[in-house]
Amino acid sequence: MTAPVSQTNKADIAAPHVAGPILRFSNIAKTFRDGTAALADVTLEVQRGEFIAIVGPSGCGKSTLLRIASGLSPATRGQTESSYTSLGYVFQDATLLPWRTVGRNIELLATLQRRPKKECEELVRYAIELVGLTGFEGHYPKTLSGGMAMRTSLARALTLKPDLFLFDEPFGSLDAITRERLNEELLRLYAIEGFTGVFVTHSISEAVYLSSRVVVMCGRPGRVVKEYSVPFGYPRSPDIRYGADFAAISRLVSEELREVYG
Amino acid sequence: MSTTIGSGASESDGTNTQNAVPVLGDIRQRRPRLIRRVGPPIIVVMCCVGIWYLVSYFGLSPQQRFLLPPPNQVVEQGFLNWQNFHQILEALRSTGTVALIAFAFSSLIGMTFAILMSEANWIERSFFPLAVALQTLPFLAIVPLVGFWFGYDFQSRIIVATIVSLFPIITNTLFGLKSVEPAHADLFRLHHATRWIRLWRLKLPSALPSIFSGLRISAGLCVIAAIVTDFFIQSGTPGIGGLLDLFASELESERLIAALIMTALLGIVIYLVISAVAHRVIGKWHSSYQRPLGDD
Repeated sequence: MTAPVSQTNKADIAAPHVAGPILRFSNIAKTFRDGTAALADVTLEVQRGEFIAIVGPSGCGKSTLLRIASGLSPATRGQTESSYTSLGYVFQDATLLPWRTVGRNIELLATLQRRPKKECEELVRYAIELVGLTGFEGHYPKTLSGGMAMRTSLARALTLKPDLFLFDEPFGSLDAITRERLNEELLRLYAIEGFTGVFVTHSISEAVYLSSRVVVMCGRPGRVVKEYSVPFGYPRSPDIRYGADFAAISRLVSEELREVYG
Repeated sequence: MSTTIGSGASESDGTNTQNAVPVLGDIRQRRPRLIRRVGPPIIVVMCCVGIWYLVSYFGLSPQQRFLLPPPNQVVEQGFLNWQNFHQILEALRSTGTVALIAFAFSSLIGMTFAILMSEANWIERSFFPLAVALQTLPFLAIVPLVGFWFGYDFQSRIIVATIVSLFPIITNTLFGLKSVEPAHADLFRLHHATRWIRLWRLKLPSALPSIFSGLRISAGLCVIAAIVTDFFIQSGTPGIGGLLDLFASELESERLIAALIMTALLGIVIYLVISAVAHRVIGKWHSSYQRPLGDD
């Protein structure tokens, strides 16, 4: 149904060590300067090519974990090992620069990396086609809907052909239908690009639909309390969301979360 | 099969096409809007002229009429008499030149300082209090000192006007440079952008809207300072301030009022030029930006 699936060989070529985790947190703790303990003893491994989802209550340190993974903020204790060659990071907001058009926004990261102009243009064209933004290159962000802005943000990250892709609740502020649609698109991109995905979300169904493993965290301070593996393969049909198996896993995760929320 | 690429876009951009429609409508409606925008102020001006006539002819006795001569006399004496009008234009040119040069200096110095302050904390800590102090100093107080040092001349007028108009540019630029969105800063940091790249591609563009509001305030101050210093420093071509002073002392009220109207026009023209430039540079993307003549 969808484009040719399975891992593209891109990730394997890019990675010097094909086997083994692309990201490993060992006993990570993070205390902010004001004394708030955000994370306490998080140990988590992400295998190359897998797509994991992290769910948990607000303030449980999910986003902090991504910031540590990306190097944006250091951990107070513990070790982070990563072996990605290129990192994609999509934030809660689309974080588009309002003075740049869609096309120039998508081009931004490639220019920041001082890629040659011709290569930049090619990467931009590729990413724009991939997320379906053809024809919108000249629009300014203020004229975009939330979904289009998020597509632009995705395309911007895709220009770097990331082998590790961090998502920090990217679709949280979108309406339900746009959100579902973008989830489907994301799975399609995952199939084409073969990146490793770490997806932070509040939504249980989003987590189960996208990932092969759901990690449940609890808050204050943040810890991993449980992991569930999702028994669906890829590519996934949007219809699995309405099946009994899907409901069963969602229920397990939901019950765990209820306990966590207290 | 191949339609999968980007298949979802056309549905979710529904809101976007809806957004595009009012923009087109805006262009079509421009003509009536222009009338709506320019009409009311014109009516108000006409009413003022009417009241002016009333006061001049019925409020004042013929002996007192020199206090407020009727508009037609002002036009006759001030604008239609070429010698008189030429004198006013010359003075305006002199004042305008002072204001423009001072504006250029203060923009350049102010923005440079603001950039340095935003890049190095110690510069901000050491210089910002001084900038505040400079602002609280009543500028008439520094005229004698500047005149004493640099001569009661053209250059002193420029120096005073520059000092007066510096502060709004510094504060507004600094505010703009510092209010970069944290998420944008993260994005640039994540991709190892150098300090120069961050300044050029992130901080300065983010600061543009506040830079422009600083420029607008300080342009006004430049004009005011140039006119007021004319009162004190009157060598060379007299500025419009000197001329106003002269007309007042000679009871030449027609020419006084004509000169006043021209001064107001100078201020309006400068304001409109800056607004037009701002609109051209940031109007496309900055949503809270206001059109030169009212918002729409």
